[in-house]
Amino acid sequence: MSLALFWAFAALMLIFGIGVVLLRNPVSSAMCLVVSFVGLASLFFLLDAFFIGIIQILVYAGAVMVLFLFIIMLLDLKAERARKLNLPALGGGILVLAGFIAILVRVICSEPKFAAVKPALAQSTTNDVQAVGVTLFTQFNLPFQIIGVLLLVATIGVVVLSKRELK
Amino acid sequence: MDQVIAFLFEPLPFLIWTSLLKTFFVLFGAILPLVSLAVFAERKVSAFIQDRIGPNRVGAPISLIGFKKDISLWGLGQMVADPIKLLLKENFIPNSVNKFYYYIAPKLTMIPPLLVLAVIPFGSSFLTGPDGKPVPMVVANVDIGVLWVFAISSLGVYGIVLAGWASNSKYPFLGGIRSSSQMISYELALGLSVVPVFLICGTLNLTQIVDWQIQNGWLIAPWLNLEFAWWKVALGVLLPISFIIFLVSMFAETNRTPFDLPEAEQELVGGYHTEYSSMGFALFFLGEYAAMIAGSGVIVTLFFGGWSFPGIPDGTATWLPFGLEQSLPATLVWLPGAFWGFVNINVFFAKVSAFIFFFIWVRWTVPRFRYDQLMKLGWIYFFEIALVNIFLVAAVLVYLK
Repeated sequence: MSLALFWAFAALMLIFGIGVVLLRNPVSSAMCLVVSFVGLASLFFLLDAFFIGIIQILVYAGAVMVLFLFIIMLLDLKAERARKLNLPALGGGILVLAGFIAILVRVICSEPKFAAVKPALAQSTTNDVQAVGVTLFTQFNLPFQIIGVLLLVATIGVVVLSKRELK
Repeated sequence: MDQVIAFLFEPLPFLIWTSLLKTFFVLFGAILPLVSLAVFAERKVSAFIQDRIGPNRVGAPISLIGFKKDISLWGLGQMVADPIKLLLKENFIPNSVNKFYYYIAPKLTMIPPLLVLAVIPFGSSFLTGPDGKPVPMVVANVDIGVLWVFAISSLGVYGIVLAGWASNSKYPFLGGIRSSSQMISYELALGLSVVPVFLICGTLNLTQIVDWQIQNGWLIAPWLNLEFAWWKVALGVLLPISFIIFLVSMFAETNRTPFDLPEAEQELVGGYHTEYSSMGFALFFLGEYAAMIAGSGVIVTLFFGGWSFPGIPDGTATWLPFGLEQSLPATLVWLPGAFWGFVNINVFFAKVSAFIFFFIWVRWTVPRFRYDQLMKLGWIYFFEIALVNIFLVAAVLVYLK
């Protein structure tokens, strides 16, 4: 059951991920990305990582992509015109991609570490929200605080940049 | 037959069919009737506030089958007549719209509020499942309850933004832009204002929050229950602040007056749904009222004890009023539990209805905010007050408790 769901959501994610690149209308691309994020969140749900999954929806699909859409609409971007296919470039792209995948497959197949079936993780006794919180505030407290300061600096930077013209 | 029943009571099939039953009950038994009732109530209450009579004619049309006069039923037939009118109108689609997004936008507005209802416990429990535990009256009892509510309701903005953009007309577009910036601004205040609730209860699970409130008193007034303590007095001051911020932000999230700038008639014709007619328009209507009901459900669950009421037991009770349980035959021992389970569901929807009335009352009383006032209120006042509130509640819990 969960394997079938995994394939369904992975396929959904990939199809809409391809849609982001292929569609000519910027709004369509943005909406495809939203669906792709929701698919990713579903994959997290399947792994019982409810907290990370829902944050995926809350932050990326619910806030970041709304801002993207907002900007696209404000800039009033028109759909790109379909360009003529540049055959050498296309061939080169496919060649590079095929080479990359070939190397990846070889590395994964050659290393016995990747082939071994890992034992299932132990079932947690607390819920995953609590687990994430405890880990963040004990084991990774310093990195967490540093990221917080970094975000504060970024926010102040944005305010300074946007106020510069007003003086 | 016995085999079918035995199969239905195995754990997995039992989970599936009870979940389906609950989903159908929430959708078709509770929310859709409640939406049309809310529309009717909106018209009646607005009429009362403006000193009019309001719809009072449409009732049972028995003159169609030969009687002299219709029965008016205080205009309750309007609940059915309004949807029928909307369904039967011509679905006019302007030429210049982006067809795909124009079609999909009303659906995107309506679905998120319905999904939000999945995690709200609307009753205590009914009967006993195969694992010996009572079946909880919540569709999905997940540990991330409140985060689910925020995440899914934040997706509701897509419908409005896309409707504004796909209409390819300037007033709907302005409505869509206003709506997206408004919803992003108020999501922050909405999320931060309820953090004190989680600090106190120590969980995000809505069912457990309701359980906490049954033991310790409703969160809006945590001193009501048990003995006196200073930290309860302090929380009794701080939690209403968080409640007020949450309530007002909920008004902004559901696009209700005084924050209905996305559809301000005087400035934007009709806002994002100007170009919609017939069922497309009806779906926006449905979405707005469903969001209002879901929002009321969340407020009731977080601050007003959910389905609980002092003196009313939950679905595991074995007694009935007036000692009636003693005269029950042995085959009906489940009856008290079912009775109180049913009462609990009604308590929940009574509380929700009270909040819907409040939403309507405010709409016809308070004038609309100006756009800069709206942004100032969200970013400068609510955001800061909610942050300070979190620190104060944490301090009270650490130092006074």
